[in-house]
Amino acid sequence: MTAFNEQSRQLVSDTIARLQHEPGALLPILHGIQDALGYVPTEAVPMIAEGLNQSRAEIHGVISFYHHFRTTAPGKHTIQICRAEACQSMGARQLEGHAKAALGVDFHQTTADREISLEAVYCLGNCACSPSIRINDDVVGRVTPEKFDQLVEELKSQKLEVL
Amino acid sequence: MTVLKTKVYIPRDTTSLAMGAEQLAVEIAAEASNRGESVEIIRNGSRGMFWLEPMVEVETDQGRIAYGPVECKDIDSLFDQGFLGGETSHPLCQGLTEEIPYLKKQQRLTFARAGITDPVSLDDYQQHDGFKGLKKALQLDAQVIVDEVKASGLRGRGGAAFPTGIKWQTVLDAVATKKEPTDSDGQKYIVCNADEGDSGTFADRMVMEADPYMLIEGMTIAGLAVGATQGYIYLRSEYPIAHQILNEAIAKAEAAGFLGTNILDSGKTFQLEVRLGAGAYICGEETSLLESLEGKRGLVRAKPPLPAIVGLFGQPTVVNNVLSLAAIPYILAEGGQAYANYGMGRSLGTLPFQLAGNIKRGGLIELAFGLTLRELMEDFGAGTFSGRPIRAVQVGGPLGAYLPESQWDTPLDYEAFAAISAVLGHGGVVVFDDTVDMSQQARFAMEFCVEESCGKCTPCRIGSTRGVEVIDRIRNNENRAANLELLNDLCDTMIDGSLCAMGGMTPFPVNSAVQHFPEDFNQPNLKLSEQGA
Repeated sequence: MTAFNEQSRQLVSDTIARLQHEPGALLPILHGIQDALGYVPTEAVPMIAEGLNQSRAEIHGVISFYHHFRTTAPGKHTIQICRAEACQSMGARQLEGHAKAALGVDFHQTTADREISLEAVYCLGNCACSPSIRINDDVVGRVTPEKFDQLVEELKSQKLEVL
Repeated sequence: MTVLKTKVYIPRDTTSLAMGAEQLAVEIAAEASNRGESVEIIRNGSRGMFWLEPMVEVETDQGRIAYGPVECKDIDSLFDQGFLGGETSHPLCQGLTEEIPYLKKQQRLTFARAGITDPVSLDDYQQHDGFKGLKKALQLDAQVIVDEVKASGLRGRGGAAFPTGIKWQTVLDAVATKKEPTDSDGQKYIVCNADEGDSGTFADRMVMEADPYMLIEGMTIAGLAVGATQGYIYLRSEYPIAHQILNEAIAKAEAAGFLGTNILDSGKTFQLEVRLGAGAYICGEETSLLESLEGKRGLVRAKPPLPAIVGLFGQPTVVNNVLSLAAIPYILAEGGQAYANYGMGRSLGTLPFQLAGNIKRGGLIELAFGLTLRELMEDFGAGTFSGRPIRAVQVGGPLGAYLPESQWDTPLDYEAFAAISAVLGHGGVVVFDDTVDMSQQARFAMEFCVEESCGKCTPCRIGSTRGVEVIDRIRNNENRAANLELLNDLCDTMIDGSLCAMGGMTPFPVNSAVQHFPEDFNQPNLKLSEQGA
């Protein structure tokens, strides 16, 4: 797991400085931090609170309200499985069960090798080609259990990206 | 000497990409170069015939010819059979795109350009009537613009169907608080609700990915109409492609003088910014959205005061759905009456229906109100994807009722749907075949509310959790009759005791499932393990 080091501290503080004067700056700041680090580290909370002149409780309250923000480092890849109705009508429940079994994790967990984090999502807007999943920023449609296995295999055989 | 290049269109919208359009574009370009063919690949938006995606179109003298769904393995045979010359013998050939019945039978006003143009090309946009509405609006008095929108009969396309013109009038009439006493005017805002969270809907996404300038133009006109100089598009974080395309379009529109300060040398200003949501369904509710834009938890606000009077940062604010704002350029360019000529009763204009779920031909169908659900599913959708009979249809997203066959002849119109305790909502239609277990769907409706309730109202926050438990007991055959009665009571409490539609409408899918599909609640000892996680 990436530790919160001097570099991440700098990044958080730069992000805050860049955005703190925008109206309604908190969500843009949280997105900025998560886009760069993969999550919003606990250490960032007092820094944001100070930058926006809010309490730490208020910042924590916002982070915990939104499903998108996470406070622990994700695996190398994030797979979201759509659980909403259009996907249900095309077998998303079976796909969800298969994915959990195949990866050996539940939602909001990361595989032991830190390769893949599994998340639930409610609609990716690809409802005419269900069931859908999202791998990092790419949506994939008409995902069968077999196709899921194949996609995971492709992810695992990719070369490690150097961050 | 310039060689005439054959234009090949390969969409870049989320669904096409999800079906492999990116790799396809790369490989078609490579194959063309291998064969010494001169092609220009244009990454257009989707036409919305999603069962044909990735749909490749080739421009010919007769018009654009469509091939789909194209996979990489088909590339060789397409080239061999001369698809660049418009040869139609290939099995994937769909003929002239405009003649495909699915598209030809539609009445496309909002989606007139979708899939035809390169979404971020300002030239394309202007060649297809783009900015006509804006140019007209720049000549008009604010009140005249609002009157035109009133005349169109446009009602909010987000789901609540509130008359857009009335909302704009309220904001126009509202006096904004000035920051400094010396300011000439206080700040008003235009907020576009692009938090399209309903399952089965993708019309907003299609607007943003296929025709973003139309939304930019609509919002700018709204700004002129009510005297707002700042706009925000609140976009859900689940739409990264739309985010990218919108930002590209905004930058280009600004550089070309269609947005920003001194729009088209008129002296008028309108600034526009995309703000990302963070995976909260509730932020599609307008007051929760405003809280989120202000950097807070998305807690629903009590109304009144209306956002039109006390909205974003306490200032008068228009909050409109993507489709409402996207309808504006047409209304201004062609006149409110031209728009009002479509539709029926008090549901005027067109509604982009979205056919999704277990359906053979899913996609976007823009039509005047008044078609029946059955026509939509059978004539356009051609039945289920699985080939099994349709059993239930959920219209209007996760808070919409499940409709049994006896209700499929209801005309798609706001009032007709209200009369059967259903909603049209944002026009999403999700089809289920006969393998669906409706008690499981009812349970999911409650579960979704547990997951997504903002927590402000007790009936929604706690009632949904109790709802899941009660439905589990019913499914498990524990005191079934008493628990069904309890569920009914609970639904009443949620309807009557919640501030917004989240708690107030979650009972719609639950009640409709119980009422229309009672047999699914009466099976002895359904196993709880079957209900998924």
